[in-house]
Amino acid sequence: MSPILDHLPEFWQGLLVTLELTAASFAGAVVVGLAITAMRVGPVPVLRAIGTGYVETFQNLPLLVLLVLAVFGLPEIGIKAGLLATSMVVIALYEGAYIAEALRSGVNAIAKGQGEAARALGLTFGQSLRHVVLPQALRTVVQPIGNIFIALTMNTSLVAAVGVVDLTAAANRVNLVEAQPIPIFVGAGLAYAAVAAVAGLVTGRLERRLAVAR
Amino acid sequence: MTAPPARRRSSGPASTLLFDEPGPRARRRITVATVAGTVVALALLALAVRQFAANGQLAAARWQPYATWPMWRYLLGGLRSTALAAVVSAALAMAAGLALALGRLSRRRPLRLPAAAYVEVVRTIPALLLVYIVLFALPRYGLDLPLLWKLVVPLAVSNAAGFAEIFRAGVLSVERGQGEAAVALGLTHGQSLRLVVLPQAARRVLPSIVSQSVGLLKDTSLGFVVSYAELLYSGKVLANYNGLLIQTYIVVALIYLVVNASLSKLARALEARQPRRRIPGAG
Repeated sequence: MSPILDHLPEFWQGLLVTLELTAASFAGAVVVGLAITAMRVGPVPVLRAIGTGYVETFQNLPLLVLLVLAVFGLPEIGIKAGLLATSMVVIALYEGAYIAEALRSGVNAIAKGQGEAARALGLTFGQSLRHVVLPQALRTVVQPIGNIFIALTMNTSLVAAVGVVDLTAAANRVNLVEAQPIPIFVGAGLAYAAVAAVAGLVTGRLERRLAVAR
Repeated sequence: MTAPPARRRSSGPASTLLFDEPGPRARRRITVATVAGTVVALALLALAVRQFAANGQLAAARWQPYATWPMWRYLLGGLRSTALAAVVSAALAMAAGLALALGRLSRRRPLRLPAAAYVEVVRTIPALLLVYIVLFALPRYGLDLPLLWKLVVPLAVSNAAGFAEIFRAGVLSVERGQGEAAVALGLTHGQSLRLVVLPQAARRVLPSIVSQSVGLLKDTSLGFVVSYAELLYSGKVLANYNGLLIQTYIVVALIYLVVNASLSKLARALEARQPRRRIPGAG
């Protein structure tokens, strides 16, 4: 364990970057996902097409390609942002497509009568989405969104490949100095597993709390 | 107005849950939203084009190379390596995934526990960390794999867990009666699994298998880290050579998009042919 203890500050710093990336890009992804879902379930054909195109594009591109394109390509067209900020935005846009897809299947799983009842009560599109459809849709997609969160956490490690010093990069750097791969990589793996375990626990509890007998 | 046919669980993109057939006012509002949406989209596009132009990235000379065959030959060579890595790791991951799924469904504890542990643990380890382990840890223990395998092994290890969960969900989705009937006919447990349950499960999981394979193909872009000359790494080499960073990576992204979108379309076509609901994939 000593290679980890000797380099605790580096690991801690890396873990913080990973957590920061995870939290910020997940928040961004939820916003993107909600917006895209609203476009895709609405009555405007153009917006539906844009939403579908967005999801198709981002789900079919590797995240690493997007990261490389953004980190090395954007400065070429005069868009210079910090490495960490760029990574956050890219991951948020990418995972937003997955959240949108999960939310859409949640919306589609809702009985048609719910939407009809909301309209019969005179709610507008936005109101029926906000007060009737989304609360029910969110309930059914807690588990899928939890899985997306875990996948997002794992995906943040890709930023190590474009130069952000996250947990994966920190482990790699410490290993280059210490050359004791087993404890170092196992330690990093355990840290990721811990984040995923917490996420699993939270989604499990959320699901039970939100469960409604039908 | 006649009621539209009841579509309680339409899984297609045409969800009409939230609106009725539009009347005159709604049609007007839709027109307004259409115009607004189009204007915003075009404005964003114009902004991007302006940004490209302002930095001289639209100059014909910077795109010209991608109208020539040698550049494409190089990138398509990368695509071939991508396909090779994807096929080899998919084959390994599917075989391992099937074994893990059967292990996890087994009635024997010593088989069930390790399989479950593998799936749960690997699901929470980033693929890049596995790549680093193969790149930097294994050589210290005298295991220096050839370049292709440095990419294939971590991908197979991580995707095996995903395939395992898909296969398991597929087997569980086959009605109990099928296995029971097979046993009642005198088949052994193994025979009923092989002859009755698995063939039905295989057909049902096909769409999920294709989407998991799209994910795996996306993962092969980790060749960028391994220096295995798949598509993304080829793009990097090319960009370093001709200095056309953004152009090269855009072309690379478009190739990935075309290949993966075709595969995803195949998955949807397979799904549409299915009489039953789809097994949700992991990831």
